Amino acid sequence: MNKIPNRKVICDVLIEKAKDDKDIVVLCSDSRGSASLTAFFDTYPEQSVEVGIAEQDLVGISAGLAKAGKKPFAASPASFLSTRSFEQCKVDVAYSNTNVKLIGISGGISYGALGMSHHSCQDIAGMSAIPNMRVYLPSDRFQTRKLIEALLQDEKPAYIRTGRNPVEDIYSEECCPFEMDKATVLREGTDVLIVATGEMVRPAYDAALLLEKEGISATVLDMYCVKPLDKDAVIKYAEQAKAVITVEEHSPFGGLGSMVSQVVGEYCPRKVKNIALPDSHVITGTSKEVFKYYGMDGEGIAKTAKEVLK
Amino acid sequence: MDKALKALSYDYRMDTVNMIMSGGGGHIGGDMSEMEILMQLYLKEMNISPENQDDPNRDYFILSKGHAVESFYTILAHKGFYSLEEATAKFSKFGSEFIGHPNNVIPGVEMNSGSLGHGLPVAVGLAIAAKMDKRPSRVYVLMGDGELAEGSVWEGAMSGHNYNLDNLCAIVDRNHLQISGNTEDVMKQDDQAERWKAFGWHVVKADGNDFDSLEAAFAEARAHKGDPTVIIADTIKGKGSPVMENKAGWHHHLPTQEEYEQIMKDLEAGKEAALNE
Ligand SMILES: Cc1ncc(C[n+]2csc(CCOP(=O)(O)OP(=O)(O)O)c2C)c(N)n1
Repeated sequence: MNKIPNRKVICDVLIEKAKDDKDIVVLCSDSRGSASLTAFFDTYPEQSVEVGIAEQDLVGISAGLAKAGKKPFAASPASFLSTRSFEQCKVDVAYSNTNVKLIGISGGISYGALGMSHHSCQDIAGMSAIPNMRVYLPSDRFQTRKLIEALLQDEKPAYIRTGRNPVEDIYSEECCPFEMDKATVLREGTDVLIVATGEMVRPAYDAALLLEKEGISATVLDMYCVKPLDKDAVIKYAEQAKAVITVEEHSPFGGLGSMVSQVVGEYCPRKVKNIALPDSHVITGTSKEVFKYYGMDGEGIAKTAKEVLK
Repeated sequence: MDKALKALSYDYRMDTVNMIMSGGGGHIGGDMSEMEILMQLYLKEMNISPENQDDPNRDYFILSKGHAVESFYTILAHKGFYSLEEATAKFSKFGSEFIGHPNNVIPGVEMNSGSLGHGLPVAVGLAIAAKMDKRPSRVYVLMGDGELAEGSVWEGAMSGHNYNLDNLCAIVDRNHLQISGNTEDVMKQDDQAERWKAFGWHVVKADGNDFDSLEAAFAEARAHKGDPTVIIADTIKGKGSPVMENKAGWHHHLPTQEEYEQIMKDLEAGKEAALNE
């Protein structure tokens, strides 16, 4: 079982790259420990900015730094980054087109029993609704590395959400196919298409393995790029399937499910079932307990797939 | 000095630590620093009890530093809003309403919090409403010192002054620590009293871990007319055991079994000392 959370990988990549790229700046809002960025602050204090518990300031300062040619990475819990500083993300980052990379850590329900104030189940919807904002949810540590390396190559705004806990590997050092803004196809099948993002990719894959045992073949798309959504992949694999399932650690509204449904509805209509968290406060528990409760683990997703295909 | 009350603060600390151990996590440092402030409010200062919890004339409290919820749950239990055993057993468990931040489906909890910087504006609203309705309610809100970096705190401060809310009393748990370390290293606070004065508030300084000092401060707040009052309460984060006192790492550290035993020993000793003072 992998013990390295995706957020830790972000820090590793930034430490490596900041050695030669002095424009990389990391900003935290009393969040460097939670973001696994303490090592960056210790290694490059002159490329680090602490703003205290002030997320709006965090994003505003990042925009200013970017305007002056820096490459800021602003890291804060996804819940606060995507709601408290939403307007700064919209106006100072996306609208003014500043090269700020917003790193939302402990996204979704990672914070478990800390409750709704700490859950970020609206971030995909909110951020995706902002023109010029890209939204990425890497699935495992290998993909996280590829994504951050790719994002260091461009100069546009992006919101990246990672979870708090280590997730089981999907890829490996040797095998991690990655093309920017293209979904990764984990399996191909003809009965059902499962589109998942972030930490839900692994259980989606597990579901496909379970379904295979019962003679049901599934395509699994790792849609780490929720925006821009890889439409072509959705259409191609939906067309060869009878139904589509989406899985995301998010509210049922405005996230991956809504976006995939729009594409399928327009280009290749067939049944789409969205698996997501409920439109209510989420039951208290660890991520594992909560995912199981709402049918968002491998077994739950497989069960839904069978129901949809009935 | 009230020896029994001081001794009780050690009992409550033990209850709080037990709740954290039961739930497998919690914000122990801030729980310990705010204990006397919450006790003074709930046991002495505020007109609030399970009997009048729906009375519009009651006093209101908002735990704006919502992460330090375990001592709050402990005090509400001792006030009789629910049983301590229930809260301790359920804390942070699957399906529980006793989550790691104030949850107002629980009796006695007025407002949900957890995202810092929300409490003061809400308290301003409660205080304005009390004035509008000519109710005697007083409104109290407790904030962390690190929390004061949020701009919304100062927006609330402006309106508290603008509306002359002398029925509003903010308390700052000035323990000088936040998650990443000393508040002055993370984001300078300078002289908090000067800052609040500049925003038009009546400022009172207190020893936030001393009941007599707090009693005097709350009395002064109540007596002061025309402006809201802020009590800058100097406290010790992790107060009660040297294992955790003044250590940033104890913001949300879960004690090991060994640490737990030492903490309980220290708290017992603190209680004994209080009784023998
Ligand atoms: C808006 C927001 N940002 C970040 C956090 C995460 N967080 C929880 S507690 C804490 C530190 C609080 O420090 P302080 O206000 O000094 O409280 P205390 O030391 O009394 O626990 C932080 C940053 C939060 N809860 N809300």
